[in-house]
Amino acid sequence: MNEKDKSVLTGAHFINGDVACAEGAIAAGCRFFAGYPITPATEIAERMAERLPHLGGTYIQMEDEIASVTAILGASWSGVKSMTSTSGPGFSLMMEGIGLGIMTETPCVIVNVQRGGPSTGLPTMVAQGDMMQARWGSHGHYEIIALCPSSPQEMFDLTVKAFNLSELYRLPVLIMADEVVAHMTEKVVIPRPQSLKIINRRKTTVSKDKYMPYAAGARIVPPIAHAGDGYHIHITGLTHNEMGYPQIDMETHQRLVKRLIDKIRVNIDKITIIEEDGMNNAEVIVCAYGISARTSMLPVKLARKKGMRVGMLKLVTPWPFPEQKIRKISRIKGLRRIIVPEINYGQIALEVERCVAGRQKVITLPHGGGGTHNVEEILDAILDN
Amino acid sequence: MNHPFDYLLREDRIPHIWCSGCGLGIALHSFLRAVQRSNIPVDKMAIVSGIGCTGRTAGYVKMDSFHTTHGRAIPFATGLKLANPNLKVVIFSGDGDLIAIGGNHFIHAARRNVDITVICVNNFNYGMTGGQSGPSTPLKARTATSPYGNQEPPFNLAYLAAGSGAVFVSRWTVAEPRRLEASISKALNKQGFSFVEILSPCPTLYGRMNKYTSALDMLVDYQKNTVINEKVNLKDAQLELGGKIILGDFIDIQPGIAGHPMPLSEKVELEHTNKKGTEDE
Repeated sequence: MNEKDKSVLTGAHFINGDVACAEGAIAAGCRFFAGYPITPATEIAERMAERLPHLGGTYIQMEDEIASVTAILGASWSGVKSMTSTSGPGFSLMMEGIGLGIMTETPCVIVNVQRGGPSTGLPTMVAQGDMMQARWGSHGHYEIIALCPSSPQEMFDLTVKAFNLSELYRLPVLIMADEVVAHMTEKVVIPRPQSLKIINRRKTTVSKDKYMPYAAGARIVPPIAHAGDGYHIHITGLTHNEMGYPQIDMETHQRLVKRLIDKIRVNIDKITIIEEDGMNNAEVIVCAYGISARTSMLPVKLARKKGMRVGMLKLVTPWPFPEQKIRKISRIKGLRRIIVPEINYGQIALEVERCVAGRQKVITLPHGGGGTHNVEEILDAILDN
Repeated sequence: MNHPFDYLLREDRIPHIWCSGCGLGIALHSFLRAVQRSNIPVDKMAIVSGIGCTGRTAGYVKMDSFHTTHGRAIPFATGLKLANPNLKVVIFSGDGDLIAIGGNHFIHAARRNVDITVICVNNFNYGMTGGQSGPSTPLKARTATSPYGNQEPPFNLAYLAAGSGAVFVSRWTVAEPRRLEASISKALNKQGFSFVEILSPCPTLYGRMNKYTSALDMLVDYQKNTVINEKVNLKDAQLELGGKIILGDFIDIQPGIAGHPMPLSEKVELEHTNKKGTEDE
């Protein structure tokens, strides 16, 4: 079989994070991609444009990012796994579509390869300034899932994971990558298809006359019927009842919003992933995500060599924020402070602070963007008494 | 008592929200008759709306129906159609939704020749929000936000659609329900981007602000000023306050410059992308 016709390119590859992300999507079953060129995410679209036609999928370049995100919602309602990718300026435009995806419970994946902002900012250079936008950028109160890869390998692995989470919980899942991870080229190992865990959305088994698109029951996530299945579904961004019909009253709204939030909150321990290293008896913990987690590895190692007990805590899923896990960590005996290096002026650090609730000192290690932290500045912060 | 179109309507959603005298009921009825006439299986049809009075249409039709965000019916429908080419996808929305906030999507979908039918009910103002002016409001017309008369020239929707690449373009009023039905039916059976503009009275807001005494008054005005001219140069088919209303099935051409409406078949797509064209058939 021609390499181009394979959906899972099993083997070791030397590729960048963007390409690994596209391959992760294809391996997860993504067959529809709508996008708009933007640095530093363009290579994802280019890879999808090259690959999808060989796999019976569709690549379309839309007129803007609003159209891109809306088109992937439409494709998802035809039963096809779909994705778009962008960077800050496009991510701002996608907020509307994210809200529609949340409200209509549409599985899809949105990749934001973060670059320096505000506005056009630093198109070719790294930042992590969109973390709070990912959490709160669309209007209304909702819960979101976001994953932060810190290597090309994780760009592959977490893209597969993002599709699985979106299918399981029926919502847009965000991959909050960054320019360095996306443009870094290194070894990426793609497993054999049979060892990839792929989750597909639960389809309804109810008869056509009894089906209610938003009757979720105890599982909180309703089973889906797609356009063309003969169920004559009605889907709206308005507050809706279990039939999917608009119903504009306080009770319906509260019930709906609570369920959309509960989908994530009730399952938070199943969703959140943190990686801990050297946490036992740690006196200092470095808590980071994305490229900053990788940047922190060397200073942590150097500080340990100097005899300090330093823990490394990587947030793979910054959203939903792993509250309980952070609370537990903040109770480690002998712990004096938690350092949060991130390429912004303190976003996830605020969440850490909230959960630590004054039990420990939380130190923000800010960076305005355009580069990563130096080894020295993280090391100094660890060693600083 | 049963209505002959009960099988296409969500009875549990009736009564609708539209004002008495509004033309949307006639527009919807003509659409349903066209659906019936077209013989397209209802299970394989989907209707997509944006926001506004017309945007509520999706909620009343018993087929797969999507009420999306303001202006985004077309990109949503594009995704729906390209991911499942077996669906017949119809966009049913208003002038403000499709041409103002959704204007960019409109011209690009026409340019791409996406295989969808766009039905635009043009009532010359924003009804849902209380009758403000928009890009289809005729020059000098009064609205809630043009109390001294609209200062901006409007789009000529049919001309815009044709110029953007639509392969079927028509304009009718709700005072011509049979011709409208026939035109929608043609649009539904057309492969490629088809566009039907329906002029429709909004007596509650636009009518009242522009000295129409009733909905009937507006319909009579349509009839009085109607000129059916399918050969018209669309440039000359601009709508003016109190002016002639030129109607017809203006454009009905073979799809696309490349000859392929979207979605492209896999074979065509690969031929285009590889520039090989070696597969024989």
